[in-house]
Amino acid sequence: MCGHCGCSDGNPVTITTLGPMPAKAADQAGHQHAHGHADHRHDHGHELQDQGHGHDHPHRHVAGDAVSIELGQAILAKNDRLADANRRWFAERGILALNLVSSPGAGKTSLLERTIRDVGQSVPIAVIEGDQATLHDAERISATGCRTVQINTGAGCHLDAHMIAHALPALAPEPGSVVMIENVGNLVCPSLFDLGEAAKVAVLSVTEGEDKPIKYPHMIRAASLLLLNKIDLLPHLRFDLARCLDYARQVNPALEILQVSATSGEGLAAWYDWLRRTASAAGAPERAAK
Amino acid sequence: MHELSITRSIVAIVTERAGAQKVRRVTLQIGQLSAVLPEAIRFCFDVCCEGTALAGAELRIDQVPGRGRCRECATEFDLPTLVSPCPACGARGPDCVAGEELLIREMELEVA
Repeated sequence: MCGHCGCSDGNPVTITTLGPMPAKAADQAGHQHAHGHADHRHDHGHELQDQGHGHDHPHRHVAGDAVSIELGQAILAKNDRLADANRRWFAERGILALNLVSSPGAGKTSLLERTIRDVGQSVPIAVIEGDQATLHDAERISATGCRTVQINTGAGCHLDAHMIAHALPALAPEPGSVVMIENVGNLVCPSLFDLGEAAKVAVLSVTEGEDKPIKYPHMIRAASLLLLNKIDLLPHLRFDLARCLDYARQVNPALEILQVSATSGEGLAAWYDWLRRTASAAGAPERAAK
Repeated sequence: MHELSITRSIVAIVTERAGAQKVRRVTLQIGQLSAVLPEAIRFCFDVCCEGTALAGAELRIDQVPGRGRCRECATEFDLPTLVSPCPACGARGPDCVAGEELLIREMELEVA
């Protein structure tokens, strides 16, 4: 997977960079990367030693005996540790990282394209695209002039913190920018894997059933914001909007919900306000549009 | 199918901790609200264990039922799904106090 961090495990994940990149950022990227991974390995070694310490019993067992060792270890501890390292990486640079999650086809890429075109001048955005295969989404996003890295997960159904740690040096986002991580289209698995984002933004479209929030409650519960997309199509559908909103709040009463259409532009101003507000809370200074 | 990558993590963690010793049994604790299916973990386990210190190891899975605590009235109650309201006051979106566990509780090693 990576030549200089020693994590190669035959995992068929590929990372491809598209779009413009300042030469200076490319130089810095290598440094940031090597540093970040040295940190990861360091943490890892310590954790193993610390945990081993408590179980250093005198051994009086004979060959063929069995010995039970209590571990009590979180299965996702490694991902969570890498996610924390990513979170620190973002925080040190005043970068807002958002993890965009939805079913396939809910409109994440269209929303991103439109968002970059509408506010990219005042809110600098870089994008990490996650798909099992193809560069299609990264090509669409880089066509907006935005710095983009595509992660192809092969058989994998979600992005994890390790993939993001690898993608960040290649992406080399500007300090104070917004990094949008478009996860693999899947409402189940990505809810388990923290990437180090500040918030999960779930995208649900009105062409899906209104009961999606209670069918996939883990994701709705993990999200801070729900963008209900394609509302321009509501007149043509039998979608019970009130019921959908009620279901979403049953699962997550604190959830913010915005109704938008990436095609007609309806409701997008509220999403851009949310984005500016959240980016500025993360330390990103707003820039005057050029 | 996140259970495959989760099973790989389990095997990687146990392999590291077992060192050169053979692993006879692994005991997991999986909460019923964890979004991880024990059957799917079982399905992946034998394949992921092949060629490692865990080859042929028994897999035990303790399931932990969901428990919620109401954010309004602090009542604790059984939480079979994430959408169950508080039985005392009807408030929605309780805190989950149990049922989200995803732990390797124990491993049993064969003494060489």
